[in-house]
Amino acid sequence: MLPLRFRRVTMSARVLVGVKRVIDYAVKIRVKPDRTGVVTDGVKHSMNPFCEIAVEEAVKLKEKKLVKEVVAVSCGPQQVQETIRTALAMGADRGIHVEVSGKDYETLGPLQVSKIFAALAKKEQADLIILGKQAIDDDCNQTGQMTAALLDWPQGTFASEVTLEADKLKVVREIDGGLETIKIKLPAVVTADLRLNTPRYATLPNIMKAKKKKIVNVKPADLGVDVSSRLEVLKVDEPPQRQSGVKVETVHDLVEKLKEAGRI
Amino acid sequence: MRLPIACFPLLVPHYNKHTTIVPIGGVCLNLRKMDQVLDLHQEDFDVTVEPGVTPKGLNSYLRDTGLWFPVDPGADASLCGMAATSASGTNAVRYGTMRGNVLNLEVVLADGTVLHTAGKGRRPRKTSAGYNLTNLFVGSEGTLGIITKATLRLFGIPESMVSAVCSFPSVQSAVDSTVQILQAGVPIARIEFLDDVMINACNRFNNLSYAVTPTLFLEFHGSSKSMEEQVSITEEITWDNGGSDFAWSEDEETRGRLWKARHDAWYAALALRPGCKAYSTDVCVPISRLPQIIVETKEDLIRNNITGPIAGHVGDGNFHCLIVLDPNDPDEVQRVHSFTERLARRALAMDGTCTGEHGIGLGKRALLREEVGLLAIEVMQGLKATLDPKNLMNPGKVL
Repeated sequence: MLPLRFRRVTMSARVLVGVKRVIDYAVKIRVKPDRTGVVTDGVKHSMNPFCEIAVEEAVKLKEKKLVKEVVAVSCGPQQVQETIRTALAMGADRGIHVEVSGKDYETLGPLQVSKIFAALAKKEQADLIILGKQAIDDDCNQTGQMTAALLDWPQGTFASEVTLEADKLKVVREIDGGLETIKIKLPAVVTADLRLNTPRYATLPNIMKAKKKKIVNVKPADLGVDVSSRLEVLKVDEPPQRQSGVKVETVHDLVEKLKEAGRI
Repeated sequence: MRLPIACFPLLVPHYNKHTTIVPIGGVCLNLRKMDQVLDLHQEDFDVTVEPGVTPKGLNSYLRDTGLWFPVDPGADASLCGMAATSASGTNAVRYGTMRGNVLNLEVVLADGTVLHTAGKGRRPRKTSAGYNLTNLFVGSEGTLGIITKATLRLFGIPESMVSAVCSFPSVQSAVDSTVQILQAGVPIARIEFLDDVMINACNRFNNLSYAVTPTLFLEFHGSSKSMEEQVSITEEITWDNGGSDFAWSEDEETRGRLWKARHDAWYAALALRPGCKAYSTDVCVPISRLPQIIVETKEDLIRNNITGPIAGHVGDGNFHCLIVLDPNDPDEVQRVHSFTERLARRALAMDGTCTGEHGIGLGKRALLREEVGLLAIEVMQGLKATLDPKNLMNPGKVL
């Protein structure tokens, strides 16, 4: 069995896609009165928007017959199965639910998730991992990069365009100065940025069909991963309330006020 | 002093978009902050929404369920506002208008009491219980009460969508094709008609090169397997009627490009005369009368030197002239005004209506009388007097 790094990718390529269940982007977030976190009870949750883009890209690759199988993975309690089902309805072939609940779930972060993904990539013999660039709840933007490092795979992050060319991936990345195009060898990790594609809405017939697709349950311990966290959240606060401005009568007053405030 | 009340309607974008016209002063209520989606019942295909929810917002909320609310008036308007104005959209031919898709309303009446038109919390798909109060308020344009909740009928997102475009040698052949497509039982989702003036404007605006003749833009919804059948039946019909350049696509990007002309029609029309304003007419006739009314209307436009490209929902017999005029030219304004009156009367003479989608408001009150007759107006006035004896609700509109 050749080491992962040297396997040639053929039409039998397998893609792992990570999907995270987060508070829906349209919800107004409220901080809990005890300032330990945000209110999640009874609040609408859905798939992280960047994960939707990741799933869409994987499904597109499958529709173009460039990859054979798309596996959707999510880490969390029972409810994340809904998120995996959405990925299945969008076109993923099967799902893996890594069970993490209770305190472990509250402290689950990119380091543990990337260890889980690295373990799954080896177990499932994945050729490509596509993740959202970041989750909209923690904005970490770390899981893709850490996963690639743990596997010693190349990474194409902030991807706005991905093209498969034989066993290499051409990735156009969105960076501060503009766009950077790189070529990386498979297997690799890609993280999806906003402009990579527009995710499809799951159609009702596809949601019905997705109910027959399999989701397998796995525990982190089965993968040899310790999910305990080395981080402790001390407090969570809302951003400061916006102060109202002050109107002044003359330019002279404006200059005085700016001087008072130490701005000029 | 008792103040009249008008609600903030978010209507289709035409001359007075986003403004509430209150001729005698009063209070405008903006219900935008009541923006919750309540009580979704996936298996029953129904959901209840507050006034601040729009079709885009609702469909985004529903995206994990495979359901959608397909009535799409073009502007991302308030759903309760759409109920108040009996809004319609480009896919009414398949999914209907608000009239058929509102199951229940919560309405605040003029005296402050709260009415549930079909009974509190009720949402059966059909009923024959008592007078149809729900549909009394749908289209009442805020004159009978303020809608604070609407229970809506949802549909499954179709497995597959295909868009197509076809050119025709004449208005008649385009409309004949439309009628035959419907008669063939093709469950077509959208049939949009653009006349040669509109196509020309679109070509210029978007650097396209469609043939400058009447054109149909079509959309099919259904299972993947049925798409090919629907498209081939339709293509054959258009061919039999002299249609040409039939192009179709299932791929989302190509579909967007095919329909770009139709999506940008409003702006393309405006671009014909930069610096001018646009005013949209709205009439609806039985489909068989569509060729005649469009031909006569085009002759009227030319005779009176009015820039009026035409776009229409031909599957419903409904069309709009997107008139582009200089509001500072009193002669032109007068010509356009007379034209619109003639157009409305032309539609009435053909068993049609003076407004397919946009409502009566202020401007079409006299035409409403002509359309429904004195007795119907008296019945409507009786209902208004019963529900709003002090004439607080959006006074001066509709009646």
